[in-house]
Amino acid sequence: MNDSETLIRLTNAGIFKNKKWLVRDVDLEIKRGQIVTLIGPNGSGKTTTAKIALGLYKSITGRVERNTTKISYVPQKVSIDWTLPLRVADFMVLTQNLKVDDIDSALNLTGVQHLKDNNLRDLSGGEFQRVLLARAIAKKPELLVLDEPVQGVDFTGEVALYSLIKTISENLNCGILLISHDLHVVMSATDYVVCLNGHVCCCGTPRDVAESNPYKQLFGEKSAKLLSIYEHNHDHIHSSDGNIIKEVE
Amino acid sequence: MLDDFIVRAIIAGIGIALVTGPLGCFVVWRRLSFFGDTLAHSALLGVLISITLDINVSLTIFVVASLVAILLLRLERTTNLAGDSLLGLISHSSLAIGLVILGFLSFIRFDVMGVLFGDILSVNSNDLLVIWIGGALILAVLSYIWKPLFASTVNYELAEAEGMKPERVNAIFTILLAALIAISIKMIGVLLITGLLIIPTAMARNLSDNPRQMVILSIIGGLLSVLIGLYASFEINTSSGPSIVVVALILFILSLMRIRKKNYE
Repeated sequence: MNDSETLIRLTNAGIFKNKKWLVRDVDLEIKRGQIVTLIGPNGSGKTTTAKIALGLYKSITGRVERNTTKISYVPQKVSIDWTLPLRVADFMVLTQNLKVDDIDSALNLTGVQHLKDNNLRDLSGGEFQRVLLARAIAKKPELLVLDEPVQGVDFTGEVALYSLIKTISENLNCGILLISHDLHVVMSATDYVVCLNGHVCCCGTPRDVAESNPYKQLFGEKSAKLLSIYEHNHDHIHSSDGNIIKEVE
Repeated sequence: MLDDFIVRAIIAGIGIALVTGPLGCFVVWRRLSFFGDTLAHSALLGVLISITLDINVSLTIFVVASLVAILLLRLERTTNLAGDSLLGLISHSSLAIGLVILGFLSFIRFDVMGVLFGDILSVNSNDLLVIWIGGALILAVLSYIWKPLFASTVNYELAEAEGMKPERVNAIFTILLAALIAISIKMIGVLLITGLLIIPTAMARNLSDNPRQMVILSIIGGLLSVLIGLYASFEINTSSGPSIVVVALILFILSLMRIRKKNYE
């Protein structure tokens, strides 16, 4: 892998605030076409790590190298003030100018094209998440940061959206940093997993992480088992650095 | 009858309404009405300093209001007080300091009411130039930063992550607000300028379902308020500022009826 393929690299990154470490010593690298997933319990620093990667903090320790400016972000929480009348169509062009076709096809991909003229405040939680995701991909980013992108989406929708995220990373050849709670579902769409608990607890391919002892201690045997059940349906095989070496038809 | 000063007042009023519409929308969306009020109150201080030192009024107001804005941002970072307490502190202090200084300046003939509520008779052709050139500059800068400013209004972190530099555009917006106050004090007055910023925008909110529509309606509301308000001011001899704001309020009340209809349909 040559260096130009690396979109973002965190080296020993951390943030020390109000006399405690929110997260520390994070090493993380995202390459083109790669999906890296952050997992970990509540308060383990997943969102913080994503924000460090995005450059949203002023003073951090360690180093962040960003080799792209075409970044899309789906925050964990977006609330629209009632004083601001905002339709889905207005929201789609928030940070970018887009052709109508691009807007439509992005909304179509996430299954919410019929909501284009609706006010954002009238959407349900799941619909809103789909709009957030549509806006992020419409820009055709090189790096996509998704903080729990499927919260509030029903289970079938969830599986479909994760497979959509997978397709996006392949079609756009973009890197994706994904934060998720839904371990068992997300694993199928992931090349590399970083398990956080204030620091990097363990990392590797989904299978490596699921079978590692720190992971089992953090999430319990049960979720590890759940994962291995899922692994039977895995449609490809990974090399140790997270790249797909073989697709299984 | 169409006296010269009436024509000047109308031209001045149109110029100001064109600027308060779009700026007012951002003030409402970002919940900055009290902030705008605070900057406006500091304008009295600006007027007095300009008289004492014999320097340009608009420029002095602009500088004082900008300094107050910077002071506010500083205090917000360094103290444990909530934003609204700080705003109240600065707002009323600057007004009080202005009035105390005024007491010392007993040798100057000074129309306090004019500064507080606007004095249309005092608008001269020089002021027209300041209003229209200043207003055009404000609108030019605003349209230049529109996209990043709007994005950071909707979601600050999203805007920052996607390279929209929200901190910078927010600072520029504050300066634009100070500039608007500087060019409109003579017309509307220290105490009522926020009214012209907020009330037509509030009316526009009632009638619109997207941001562009809200900006356009807000400009129209401002223009109607200024024109009808000035007409009333000449006909029944009331202060221009209050007349304009009362008209804006009437338009707002009318817009409420439209909302009610919508809900029961």
